[in-house]
Amino acid sequence: MSNRPLFNSGHTACAGCGQSLAARLVIEAAGPNTIIVNNTGCLEVFSTKYPETAWGVPFIHSLFENASAVASGVEQALIAQGKKETVNVIAQGGDGSSSDIGLQSFSGMLERGHDILYVCYDNEAYMNTGVQRSGLTPFDTNTTTSPVGKQSTGNWRPKKPIPEIAAAHGIPYVATASVGYPQDITRKVKKALSIKGPKYIQIHVPCPLGWRHETALTYDMGKLAVETGLYPLLECEFGKWTSRQIQPKPVEEYLKLQGRFKHLLNNPDALKQIQAIAESNIQKYNLKVQASA
Amino acid sequence: MKEFLEGSLAIAEAVKLCKPGVVSAYPITPQTHIVEELASMVANGEMKAQCVNVESEHSAASVVLGGVAAGVRSYTATSSQGLLYMAEVVYNFAGLRLPIVMTVANRAISAPINIWNDQQDSICLRDAGWIQLYAETLQEAVDLHFIGYRLSEDKSIMLPVMVCMDGFILTHGIETIEIPPQELVDKFLPPYVPLYKLDVENPMTLGPLVDPDYYAETRYAIEETQKSVLDLLPKIMKEFNSVFGRSYNGLIEEYMVKDADRVIVAMGSVCGSVKDIVDELRAKGKKVGLLKVMSYRPFPAQAICDALKNVPRVAVLDRALSLGSFAPLSSEVRAAFYGKKKAPKSIGSYVIGLGGRDITKDSIKEVFSLMTKDKQTQFIDLKPELLKEKYE
Repeated sequence: MSNRPLFNSGHTACAGCGQSLAARLVIEAAGPNTIIVNNTGCLEVFSTKYPETAWGVPFIHSLFENASAVASGVEQALIAQGKKETVNVIAQGGDGSSSDIGLQSFSGMLERGHDILYVCYDNEAYMNTGVQRSGLTPFDTNTTTSPVGKQSTGNWRPKKPIPEIAAAHGIPYVATASVGYPQDITRKVKKALSIKGPKYIQIHVPCPLGWRHETALTYDMGKLAVETGLYPLLECEFGKWTSRQIQPKPVEEYLKLQGRFKHLLNNPDALKQIQAIAESNIQKYNLKVQASA
Repeated sequence: MKEFLEGSLAIAEAVKLCKPGVVSAYPITPQTHIVEELASMVANGEMKAQCVNVESEHSAASVVLGGVAAGVRSYTATSSQGLLYMAEVVYNFAGLRLPIVMTVANRAISAPINIWNDQQDSICLRDAGWIQLYAETLQEAVDLHFIGYRLSEDKSIMLPVMVCMDGFILTHGIETIEIPPQELVDKFLPPYVPLYKLDVENPMTLGPLVDPDYYAETRYAIEETQKSVLDLLPKIMKEFNSVFGRSYNGLIEEYMVKDADRVIVAMGSVCGSVKDIVDELRAKGKKVGLLKVMSYRPFPAQAICDALKNVPRVAVLDRALSLGSFAPLSSEVRAAFYGKKKAPKSIGSYVIGLGGRDITKDSIKEVFSLMTKDKQTQFIDLKPELLKEKYE
């Protein structure tokens, strides 16, 4: 039992899938005494195609938007059975199911104070249905429903601030993480599970299919998003925000490797706007490494 | 013990006796008194359950889905818009083969918004894979909760059960009801022992992606299980009758049908009124009767055919519509006789009591008199003057 793989190989994720990497890190950090409740999405589809499953822990998928509520029921049942102290409950989903269609049930779960870790695998669009924009798609991204055209430079809104929205519920732990920093994911999951109450971790998971980057670059894409200031690594413990410091790189270094941003490269004004988003993050979250005295 | 109780409070007492570990619901009239009473029982320490106050019916159904999946008997209740809002989870429950009892306080569907009773809400979800039982009286509604859990959790069934009771008429009606002692309920309804559950000692995947190679068989299996309920439910009822001293058949109830030349088919509380009229007309020598459908899903087609095959004229009352087609119950009663040599000469379809319009004795008498003529669907008690109003 102790040697069983918690997230096995042989599933059907695409080459270079950031989400499969992150999902394995999460469950390995959580350990075998964990129940997973998964929204509909890529992860559920590529890991549970009947009659096979990649999961070595109990796993349930119900619907697109209800993992938070199903997990709430699982947690309550564990309390009713006197088992909650020894079993972790993790609810998880992609950025669409977490930030859009599942936001209501997510908010309800946080507000009720369940002892559940919610993990959002953020690949910044509805990838499972073919790269449509979600509430977590970045500004100016070319997706199938925010296409670039004569009247459009892509997605017209910045990312919805789900970590702040989660933190505003007064929950004890919120963090962002990235596949570019695997040990950081492990550390944050372990820390989250050591705290009682609702926790939220949003993990940036590059998607070669939707981002149109080389499959070998998944890890680098994750790192560059953080190093440019476009995906700040944050932690909020009991209301206190901290961040991972960076030596900021120009956003172009990150954008130029991805087909979804290709239309911006010869557009200095657009690039300036993206750089401004990074600068704003750097200021807001105090990301820049301070020169030592 | 016999008590003079409001319907909702009686249902809450019944639910308490079933000992669910997780209860979750969202307020909607006319279901609210049930969950308010359960919350107060938990608050007073009279009942041991995790009560989860959710932000929607979709989440209420999802919470209890999670509770049952983790191996704990659970309970929820809803009505009308709430049932439609959770419809996606309702289908999911049956597909995941998870047992539960949900009370539906039957109410009309918006628009226009109307909080009063008909049966359009649960009828909308007749195809979801749930067993649907309709109560005529409060006592039946109470008893169907014990029977519902027993049936739902039977290892050969593993399907959810909807106990449908007419909103206000039953939920807010006050009657003398027998609330059985805990020992009796325990004798009939053992603790829930799941066939499968989310268990870290024995991990399994529930709700996988199923492709065309496997999907049809999962639906076929539910269909076959529904058919088997037609055999099992009467057996469970028989046991229930012997423990609790009742006389349920389980699928249908025949009231003065044997020698009748005119029979009304109906579901729910209206059956009580029809019985009164049957008594009145019988006293005048008229050979009339009632066939009550208690189990709408599974639909007891054979039992209905056996009961009605020698009855010349039948009228089916529907308290819901399938707009653009035949009314639901009547079309199914008619379909039951397809290809049968012995069948009623006419099976009329009458829509009655929509959106809480009172079903008076005269309304029912009208149906008995109209069934001498052959007609398609007819609305009873329509107000022609309202139909003349025009938007200008």
